[in-house]
Amino acid sequence: MSEKYHNNFLKEVEEMVEEGEWVKMCMQCGVCAGSCPLGPHWAHPPQEIFMMIRAGKREEVLRSDSMWMCTSCYNCVVRCPRKLPITHIMHGLANYAHRLGLSPKNQPTQQFATLFWNNLAQTGRVNELKLSLGIYFKDGFAQGVKNAMAMQSVGLGMVKAKRLNPMELFGGHGVKDKAGFHAMLKKAREIEDRRKNFA
Amino acid sequence: MTDVIATNQTILVVGGGISGMTAALEAAECGKNVVLVEKNPALGGRVSQLYRYFPKLCHPTCGLEINLRRLKQNPRIRVLTMAEVTAITGGEGDYTATVKLAPRYVNENCTACGECAKAVDAEVPDAFNYNLGKTKAAYLPHKMAYPQRYVLDPSIIGTADADKAKAACKYGAIDLDMKEETVQFKAGAVIWATGWKPYDAAKIQPYGYGRYSNVITSVEFERLADIHGPTKGKILRPSDGKEAKNIAFIQCAGSRDENHLRHCSRICCMASLKQTNYVREAYGDAGKSTIYYIDIRAIDRFEDFYQKVLKDPTVSFIKSKVAKAVQDEKTGDVILHGVNTEGYHRYATPHDLVVLAVGMEPSVKGANIPAEIVSDSSGFIEADPSNHAFFGAGCASNPLDVNRAVQSATASALRAIQVVNRVARVEG
Repeated sequence: MSEKYHNNFLKEVEEMVEEGEWVKMCMQCGVCAGSCPLGPHWAHPPQEIFMMIRAGKREEVLRSDSMWMCTSCYNCVVRCPRKLPITHIMHGLANYAHRLGLSPKNQPTQQFATLFWNNLAQTGRVNELKLSLGIYFKDGFAQGVKNAMAMQSVGLGMVKAKRLNPMELFGGHGVKDKAGFHAMLKKAREIEDRRKNFA
Repeated sequence: MTDVIATNQTILVVGGGISGMTAALEAAECGKNVVLVEKNPALGGRVSQLYRYFPKLCHPTCGLEINLRRLKQNPRIRVLTMAEVTAITGGEGDYTATVKLAPRYVNENCTACGECAKAVDAEVPDAFNYNLGKTKAAYLPHKMAYPQRYVLDPSIIGTADADKAKAACKYGAIDLDMKEETVQFKAGAVIWATGWKPYDAAKIQPYGYGRYSNVITSVEFERLADIHGPTKGKILRPSDGKEAKNIAFIQCAGSRDENHLRHCSRICCMASLKQTNYVREAYGDAGKSTIYYIDIRAIDRFEDFYQKVLKDPTVSFIKSKVAKAVQDEKTGDVILHGVNTEGYHRYATPHDLVVLAVGMEPSVKGANIPAEIVSDSSGFIEADPSNHAFFGAGCASNPLDVNRAVQSATASALRAIQVVNRVARVEG
């Protein structure tokens, strides 16, 4: 039995996951689940995730793609009668699962998040052209060309309206002190790793 | 001019509902002089607006009658109706209360014959029935009103209707020249029994109260079930007057919610369980009640009542706080959306009528308590030594059912008696 019930998982979540200490406050009323606009597309609504955490279902929770479905609309947060920061907990869980390498492969939100971070971390500014191309071509070259063709008119429209600069493909803009920026990110990661005992 | 004779050995009771009446009676029956101040034109408060009590399902008129008889027999209680306390100054054993008396336009000659109501044409919202219907602008607040005296609504004063009412009265009971009065008197202790008000359901935006006609509150449902109510005791839904047989009860409508009332109102679970009996009584096996709940809080001995309702095949329980209500414009049905915690299944279930089990908000909150008072985070008066001889009773001190409100009122009467006894010893 003790194998099945990792009762330490709630404690683990409280310590390691952003806003995780709120999980025990959930009273299972179900308003978050019912209010979520993406509700029908989740395997486990937030309410169920919280119960699974308390039941010690570590693998099922961390390998789930549910928390990756959150679009941060904050409807659950404003309605929660206990004022749980549900959106933040979802992102915290997703981030924790990712760092443990447990998050589901080929989950589109996760792929986008990774692309976005890598894109931003390079120059300190988001290169929208490279970001969207990265998304188009994530499933191979042929699919990428197809995606790009489908979005052609939107892209051209944005160029015309000066919302997209084709020259961004070559280098692109960035912050002035890139070395300083990278040092900051490194330091921030060090602090977080120390705090959360990541190696 | 209204005379109120009171001394520092008098107990002032504010609020003439079941708690205030009880506190006043208990103190008076111990030989103390009491002034009972009620804002409405009649005593009885919210209890008089209930159809049945839980758990015995008897009629509140019964308990009210006993208390009114005790009141009529007791010369030590001075009742002021249509009266509001505007200021309380002084300290323990020596308070001075200022009370504003609104004009009733009907004096003590009234025999409650009802001729004035027949003569008057204007109608006003019927506050006793939570404005579900209208009443004549000359009205008896309710069947068991004490004092048993009509009231003229101030809106008809100066109109032809007022003159018609006056002309119709054979007893010279209508006095159109009555004016607002202010009286001041002494009191040794104050019992604050101003009760509660139903939480404003319109604030719970996703449930659509105020936007959807077939979403009503639990207190309104009491009036629908009552023979003296706007539908003469038939459970008909507001949109089309159709018999509402499939009724949903939404628990914690406002209560246990940091966005609304943070406390558990304690009575709403029992109120909804009780109201499933009204549905059964009206429609037998054809009636259907569904209770949407977080958890059923039928406190201590009420568990038996809950168990009885659980066995009723016409009542089903869904463990879920409803996320959203939408009224179908064509059918008038209200569809409830949410996720059932038992299995995490999504539902979208139509009902004829939706009853929101609204929470209790202390009337203390928002109202001007004319004194410095320690209350809890929800606004209920605390039993705090720094409140001196100012005691909360009934629902002004806690969300309570009738039984516990009466106990609380008796306790507050005892505390007030101790104060005025001390005053008596000093004064000799």
